[in-house]
Amino acid sequence: MSENVILDVRDLRKWFPIRKGLLRHVVGNVRAVDGVSFSIRRGETLALVGESGCGKTTAARCILRALVPTSGSVQFHMGERTVDLATLPRRALRPLRRHMQMVFQDPYASLNPRMVVGDIIGEPLLINGMTDRAERRRRVGELMELVQLPVSTLNRFPHAFSGGQRQRIGIARALALNPGLVVADEPVSALDVSVQAQILNLMLDLQDRLGLTYLFVAHDLSVVKHVSDRVAVMYVGRIVEVGETEALYAGPLHPYTEALLSAAPAPVPGMASNRIILEREIADPANPPAGCAFHPRCRHATAHCREERPELEEVAPGRFVACLRARELSLRGIAEVHAPA
Amino acid sequence: MRPIPMVEPLLSVRDLRTHFTTQEGTIRAVDGIDFDVFEGRTLGLVGESGCGKSVTARSVLGIVEAPGKVVGGQILLRTQAGTQLDLATMAPDSAAYRAIRGPEIALIFQEPMASFSQYYTIGNQIMESVKLHMGLGAQAARARAIELLDMVGVPQPSRRVDEYPFELSGGLRQRVMIAMALSCDPRILFADEPTTALDVTTQAQILDLLRDLQAKRGLAIVLITHDMGVIAEMAHDVSVMYLGRAVETGPVAEIFDSPHHPYTRALLRSIPTIMAKPRTRLPTIAGSIPMPSARPVGCAFSPRCTEVFGEICNTEQPPAVVDGPRNVRCFLHGGAP
Repeated sequence: MSENVILDVRDLRKWFPIRKGLLRHVVGNVRAVDGVSFSIRRGETLALVGESGCGKTTAARCILRALVPTSGSVQFHMGERTVDLATLPRRALRPLRRHMQMVFQDPYASLNPRMVVGDIIGEPLLINGMTDRAERRRRVGELMELVQLPVSTLNRFPHAFSGGQRQRIGIARALALNPGLVVADEPVSALDVSVQAQILNLMLDLQDRLGLTYLFVAHDLSVVKHVSDRVAVMYVGRIVEVGETEALYAGPLHPYTEALLSAAPAPVPGMASNRIILEREIADPANPPAGCAFHPRCRHATAHCREERPELEEVAPGRFVACLRARELSLRGIAEVHAPA
Repeated sequence: MRPIPMVEPLLSVRDLRTHFTTQEGTIRAVDGIDFDVFEGRTLGLVGESGCGKSVTARSVLGIVEAPGKVVGGQILLRTQAGTQLDLATMAPDSAAYRAIRGPEIALIFQEPMASFSQYYTIGNQIMESVKLHMGLGAQAARARAIELLDMVGVPQPSRRVDEYPFELSGGLRQRVMIAMALSCDPRILFADEPTTALDVTTQAQILDLLRDLQAKRGLAIVLITHDMGVIAEMAHDVSVMYLGRAVETGPVAEIFDSPHHPYTRALLRSIPTIMAKPRTRLPTIAGSIPMPSARPVGCAFSPRCTEVFGEICNTEQPPAVVDGPRNVRCFLHGGAP
C-alpha cells in the first residue's frame, strides 16, 4: 500500500488559542482538529465528511498549509521525493504548491471579479514561469475545453457566468499546473441541484482522464456517495470512522455515522420512519466532553464512554472506528434506516 | 395516497404576479402562480434559484422588497373571524395587513441570525409581538414567551428567555424563530428554507418539531425549499416551480412516483441519492437556469428540455392542464391548440 500512497496524515492537530485580558493570556484552546490520521492513495477520492464545526475544512487547510498545524505530520509523496508539509519552511513550500491545488465552495467569491476568465485560468501558469503569452493562451484553451467551457468566452468577466460555469472556471484554474492532489472543499454545495450533477460528473470524468487524487470535503452524504471511494467521518475535531464507501454506508460501525446516514433526507416520500433523531447539540470544540466526544448524544453510551476516549482502531482491513463499543454494537446501514414505511 | 380533503382552503392564491421594475426592464419574478393551502396540511414550493418561491411567500405576506410589487392576481384568505379578504388588493403597509402578519399568517426564514435583533433578548423579541397583537401586559407576555419556548423544545426556557440570539446555536435559534412565528396563534406558517443553514442532524430535529406542531395545532404549512428530500419527507402536496411559474402541482407521492413535466422528471433524476453505487454518473439537465431578465419566450424550460413537443414550445406559454389531482404546464400533456 505504501508506494501507492500520495498523502499520509499522522496525528494532525490544529488548536486555536483563546486569549483574554489585557495581556492576552491564553485561557484555553479551540481544538478544531485534534489528532487526525488518514492516508490517500494515488488516484482515489477520499471524502472527509462531518457537520459544521467538526474540523473538516480546518484539516484540509492544514494539509495545504494554508494554516500552520499545531502538531502532527503530513507526508506528501511526489515520485521519488517525500516531504512533510506540516513542518516545511514557507520558502521550501512554494515550489511544491503546484502539485496540490484547491477548488473552493463559493464560485461567486473565489474568482477575482476584475480579471477576465482567460487571465484567471492563466495566472497560475504565469506565476510558475510560463511567460510566453501565446503558449499560455494555448494551454488556457486546452483547460477550458477540458472543463467544457466555450473558448470563445475567454475574454469575459466572471459575472457573465452562471454558478456552474464559475465552478468550471475554478476547476480549470486548479488543474492548470497538473497537480497530483486536488482538495475540493464543498465544491457543489452552493450550486443548484440541476447544476450540481454536471459538476460532479465533470469531476469524476477529469479524475478518470488525468488520474487525479481528490480529497473531497463535504457535509452531504448523498453527494459523497456518488464521488468517493473511501469516506472518513469527523466529529468534534477527530475522525470517528473510516472505510470503503459502500461498506461504510451499508454497515456503519460508529453510532454517529449511523445517525448521520439516517438523517440524510431521501427523495422518496414516506421513508422517514426509521430516522434516529439525535438529542442536544454538537459538542463545543473549546470544551469537549470527557471520554468519547459523542457520548452525550449517543444512544449506546455507557459509563465507560464518559471516562475513556476511544482511539481510532483498525477493526477489519481498511476499516477504522473510534468507539469503545464498536465490536458489540450492531448498527443500521442505509438499507435499514431508509426502508419504506 | 392520502385523500384530498373536501374542505375549503384557508388560503387560495390565483394567478399571482409579482414583478420587479428595474432599469434593465421588468423582471417577472412570479408570473402566474396558483395554489391552495389547507388546514393541517403541508404544501411544498420547490425549485432552484430564481424560480420565485421566496418572492411568492413575501408576496402573500405583503413584504416584497422594492422595486418589487404584486401586479396581479388574487390572494384570498379566510380569516379566523370567518371573513374573506383579498390580500392582493390591500396596501402592504396598512394596519389591516399588519393584523394579518402574525395572527393569521407567519413566516420563518432561512437564516435565523439575520432575522433577530442582536440588541434585545429573545424573550423581549417574542414579548413585543404578543403585547402588540394580543394586548398582553408585561408579566403575561413573559409567561407566554416562556410557554412558547417550552413548546418548541428549547431546554430551560425560563433561563433561555433572557439570553441574546448570539448566545444560541443555529438549531436553537431556529426553534426560537418558530416560537416567535407562532406567538400569535397563526393558522398558516410559511417556512422559507427553514433548515437549509442547519446541519443534517439539526435539520432532522427541526423537521420533526414542525411535523409535531402541525399534528397538535392543525397548522397549515407552506414549505419553501430547493431540497426534494425535505419535500418528500414533509409535504402532502407539492408545486414544482421554474422561472416564476408552477410547472407541476399535485400530491407528493404521485409526483415523485410519476412526474409528468419534463423538468420535474429531469430534476428528480439529477438528485444525488444515498442509495447510489459509488462513482456513478448522474443524469444531468443541460445548460443552466436563464437569468430572470432573459426569460425564454414560450415555455421557460424549452431551451433545456429534451422532450420538446414542437415549435409551439418556443413560442407559446403552456396553460395549466388539469390531470386528476394534479395540474401540469406542458404541451405534451395537452393545452396545445
